[in-house]
Amino acid sequence: MARVDRFAARPTQVRQAPSNDIELQLRLRHGTFSLELALRLPANGVTVVFGPSGCGKSTLLRAIAGLEPAARGVVRLSDQTWLDERINLPAHRRRVGMVFQHAALLPHLSVQDNLRYGWRRARGQVALLQEWIDKLDLAPMLSRHPATLSGGEQQRVALARALVSQPQWLLLDEPLSALDGARRAEILPYLEAIKREAGIPLLYVSHSVEEVVRLADYLVLLDVGRVIAAGPALDVLNRPDLPLALRDDAGTVLSATVSGHDANGLLSLATAAGTLYAYGPRRPDGAAVRVRVQARDVSLALNAHADTTLLNILPVTIASLSPLPGGQMQVRLDAAGTPLLARVSHQSVERLSLRPGLAVWAQIKAVALLV
Amino acid sequence: MNPLWAAILITVKLAGLTTLILLVLGMPLAWWLARTRSAWRIPVGAVVALPMVLPPTVLGFYLLVGMGPQGPLGWITNWLGMGTLAFTFEGLLVASVLYSLPFVVHPLQAGFAGIDSSVLDAAATLRAPPLDRFISVVLPLSRPALVTAALLGFAHTVGEFGVVLMVGGNIEGETRVLSVLLYDQVEALAYDEAHRLAAGLLLFSFALLLMMQWLGRRTALAHD
Repeated sequence: MARVDRFAARPTQVRQAPSNDIELQLRLRHGTFSLELALRLPANGVTVVFGPSGCGKSTLLRAIAGLEPAARGVVRLSDQTWLDERINLPAHRRRVGMVFQHAALLPHLSVQDNLRYGWRRARGQVALLQEWIDKLDLAPMLSRHPATLSGGEQQRVALARALVSQPQWLLLDEPLSALDGARRAEILPYLEAIKREAGIPLLYVSHSVEEVVRLADYLVLLDVGRVIAAGPALDVLNRPDLPLALRDDAGTVLSATVSGHDANGLLSLATAAGTLYAYGPRRPDGAAVRVRVQARDVSLALNAHADTTLLNILPVTIASLSPLPGGQMQVRLDAAGTPLLARVSHQSVERLSLRPGLAVWAQIKAVALLV
Repeated sequence: MNPLWAAILITVKLAGLTTLILLVLGMPLAWWLARTRSAWRIPVGAVVALPMVLPPTVLGFYLLVGMGPQGPLGWITNWLGMGTLAFTFEGLLVASVLYSLPFVVHPLQAGFAGIDSSVLDAAATLRAPPLDRFISVVLPLSRPALVTAALLGFAHTVGEFGVVLMVGGNIEGETRVLSVLLYDQVEALAYDEAHRLAAGLLLFSFALLLMMQWLGRRTALAHD
């Protein structure tokens, strides 16, 4: 608990945000659990709320949607107030789109009628309905009933159903968590399409680092109902003082530009830390991507070896060393001003006399190319 | 009119009106019982279930006293200028509504409790106000429960005897229902007529339960 409090006291960058942002202050008590937070969120792009199960992520979304009438505080989008000292709009009067963990389609209605349910009540245009039927490839299943659809298909219908109800804010409550890996991979491109084309802010609740890295523009870390950190996604992901850095899959996420590819599909990626090479889906030169380097895939050497199969070797400076629970050491590296993380054994630290300020070579075993 | 037809007419009218009133009153009550987290749901639920275990004559006795000129219900009806309800069709209707209450409320409550609350939440975020949600989501999803509740309420009212005798007596064309007529026939040793009537009621009850099973099966299949 002490650690969490210390992080909570740390000032976050959110205060300098421009004023057309989304203003969010919520207080809600559920037995022994309480949610208490104040945030300013950007009014565009994807904000991911990340945290362990039971941290209050879903309750936060429900409170924003008006499904927790006992919530107090402020929910204000640029020109609309859904909640403040005097106003507490019920869910059906908030222009919100919500996608639930298990789709929550109306079981007695066909796909078509599920889509039309909110669309009709929001007095949507026919073109809007058709647009999202096309974009989410729902045309072949319009006359089917929810029970006959796969989990992934149900979730696509739920996404379209929320979007055609003309929301001003789309809330997604772990929409991929009930799906297996293959189905998840099938839905992610649709989520990215929505992010590009819906033209509204998305608030996405997740406990998957992969989803955070792929989708998040802005990131809020939540634990036991309190905000631990909030800020631009890459900043928060790479902050070494947050619990994310202690996870087994801790790592660094870098923005990169595709700078070339060879005949075998190996991409060169220009990053602030230097050029990295990775295999991945074919991308045009100049495309902006994100790459993720996990701490456990980074080893350190005092000299640059030419006789290695590793492609990615960067000159770095050791910034700091800190012990991890379990005996390993977490090494913070500075690669031309960009932070990187490495995990090495205690023994190696002593044998190579690793210390802050030492110039070493970071050997990176794998670079995961993300979108 | 011959006494049999008069009794059939009274019985169908009583059971039909009772069922209608119970569906209207029972739906909000069952909804509350199925969804509330209030501690009151336990005593209220017990009161609703009481007619299932109480001897009908006990219920009938208290209703008779309550409806009499000194009873609270009698006082109200007197004040409204309606006289007292005992030994009238209206009195019988009030008694039947109480007597058959659990047979309508329980199936409705079970049906309502089975509705996934996230589906209702989804409907709310799709701009449907509460009454709209009830009509467009709750009612269609609890259709099997509604049919069961209506059939059970109707059949149970047709089968009541003790309460009728206590509250309504045995007035032809006003309060004499089929079950009381059967009793009269047996008292008068008119066994041929009693046989016909008893067999008719048996067949009616069987047909009703058959219909309930069949409808239940059909909706179960439609949801697969």
